[in-house]
Amino acid sequence: MRRFGPMFRKEFIQMRRDRLTLGIMVGIPIIQLLLFGFAIQTDVRHIPTVVLDESRTPSSRDIVAAFQNTGNFRIVSHVDGRDALDAWIARGDAQAGIVIPQDFPRDLARGTTATIQVIVDASDPLSSQAALAAAAGVAQVRNLAILSAAAHRGALPLETRVRPRYNPGLRSPNYIVPGLVGVILTITLVLVTAMAIVRERERGTLEQLIVTPITKTELMLGKIAPYVGVGLVQMTTVLLLGRFVFDVPLTGNVALLYGVAFVFIVASLALGLFVSTLVRTQQQAMQASFFFVLPNILLSGFMFPRQAMPVFFQWIGALLPLTHFLKVLRGILLKGVGVAELWQEMLILLLFATVLIALSVRRFRKTLD
Amino acid sequence: MTDSAVTVETRHLTRRFGPIVAVRDLNLTIAPGEVFGLLGPNGSGKTTTIRMLCGLLEPSEGTAIVAGVDVRESPDLIKERIGYMSQRFGLYEDLTVAENMDFFAGIYGLEGPSRRGRIAEVVSFLGLNRRLNQLAGTLSGGWKQRLGLACALMHRPPVLFLDEPTAGVDPAARRGFWSTIATLAAQGTTVIVTTHYMDEAGRCHRVGLMSQGHLIALGTPDEVAQQVGGKSLEDAFIILQERDEQEQDA
Ligand SMILES: Nc1ncnc2c1ncn2[C@@H]1O[C@H](COP(=O)(O)OP(=O)(O)OP(=O)(O)O)[C@@H](O)[C@H]1O
Ligand SMILES: [Mg+2]
Repeated sequence: MRRFGPMFRKEFIQMRRDRLTLGIMVGIPIIQLLLFGFAIQTDVRHIPTVVLDESRTPSSRDIVAAFQNTGNFRIVSHVDGRDALDAWIARGDAQAGIVIPQDFPRDLARGTTATIQVIVDASDPLSSQAALAAAAGVAQVRNLAILSAAAHRGALPLETRVRPRYNPGLRSPNYIVPGLVGVILTITLVLVTAMAIVRERERGTLEQLIVTPITKTELMLGKIAPYVGVGLVQMTTVLLLGRFVFDVPLTGNVALLYGVAFVFIVASLALGLFVSTLVRTQQQAMQASFFFVLPNILLSGFMFPRQAMPVFFQWIGALLPLTHFLKVLRGILLKGVGVAELWQEMLILLLFATVLIALSVRRFRKTLD
Repeated sequence: MTDSAVTVETRHLTRRFGPIVAVRDLNLTIAPGEVFGLLGPNGSGKTTTIRMLCGLLEPSEGTAIVAGVDVRESPDLIKERIGYMSQRFGLYEDLTVAENMDFFAGIYGLEGPSRRGRIAEVVSFLGLNRRLNQLAGTLSGGWKQRLGLACALMHRPPVLFLDEPTAGVDPAARRGFWSTIATLAAQGTTVIVTTHYMDEAGRCHRVGLMSQGHLIALGTPDEVAQQVGGKSLEDAFIILQERDEQEQDA
């Protein structure tokens, strides 16, 4: 391994001089974080809503106010007919409509079931689900109040008290930001190493390099080593921004997190190396890396819970280093848990790193064929 | 098997790329300290031959012994005993002259004071002193070739392969480069060099003329010229090559 030093030094100097790549690698985390952190809110609030109130009575106004008070509905307009309401939703100017029929107050007074119609634009499942849940909630609260009054009971017979642990405010950034650390590392590190060896091939420097006694292992490790530092800088950037801009807590053992991150970074870089042994040109390397980005975002549990996926896709997800690193990230940062709970994930990451490096070294040829 | 009077020996060396036979049944022996010129038109197989001798390409058939090592058996061991300058500039354009030399010295296993000493030696041998902090990519053609040679010489290889080292270099720089080659050969280094310049071919101890992957003439420049009735080497080159192509067509 005595040629690792010179190889590392050379890669480091080249990396430092490649201002564009370096800028992108530091810039991407910042932009991504602001983008995801501000734009992605999985808790949907203030759905634009139109109201068709055919009864125009105090009790109907009261129920509309109840909808508005949930915070999920924002009344944008009152309309006079069903056609007008449908048109609002069809245009997309409203995503929900509340219809209160003429006999609503009468039914309510009589004690027969009074109906309210809530129409939801379900082409966007996330916000329509939130609307449906909120609408059901409004009805339930009202029902309970009416029934308990009728039964002359002062207190409710049953209440569930839900206590959200680890993220009491149910805030999206707490969930998104730790995940983003892993996603950003995966995307940038795989791409940058996938390009690294192919670039030498295209520039003609690989021929001069492999005609020396350098071993494949020295070459590969020397190539990725400087980027371990870049990965750690990226992670620190995201964590600090998350802490001070989005107020995401850093609950657990941060030193442990950095230890695991080191292994994950090596695994990601090794994956890039492996990609570089499969392709011939920088363009192919780029395409192969992008091909790899999507499953990482969709199947790793970064945005969508893996438990909800068919088993087949859960298995594919388990083959991605990111999936395991996300568990570690969220475990340490949000739950404050440690080695006792996360040793399996750590072991798997170590296995990924070792196997991927061994595979890349095996596949790499020190010849031009 | 290692004959001390021979540093390079090829036996039926052949290389195919699919249907193309780039090098066909090449048999050569080259002595230590010899400057051997490999001549031939574009695509005649010079680069392919050199790459096989450096362990960069595996022969399809036959083999070669370079500095006592069989290229088929230990392509890695060969790499410690040879220097190679590829036809295309193969150094790092985003590193300075000094950084390139430092890198290759390190890769060839030189460390500490011996590394610094050797680099200083090569720098003064090739006159690179005033260029040390210049980025390799900004060097002119002649200086690039010098730097390439410097990096290939770091580990004092007994055999040096130079693939068109002077292509696109001005006449004065070419002359300088060739006197360096002569010095190295006088010190015992075997030099195998390809070129398209006939004046350079004349400075080789022996030349091998390749056409369509095989050797069509071999000997001192004078001997080769004699083969076609004592004309110039350039005439011999053209006549022999045309003859070979006619035979191929027939
Ligand atoms: N990697 C390769 N794949 C396919 N064909 C190749 C490859 N390398 C060389 N060839 C073919 O082998 C033949 C010999 O090529 P080679 O580069 O050895 O010629 P050369 O004598 O060095 O030519 P030049 O003077 O142009 O450098 C050519 O027909 C070339 O197209
Ligand atoms: Mg050539």
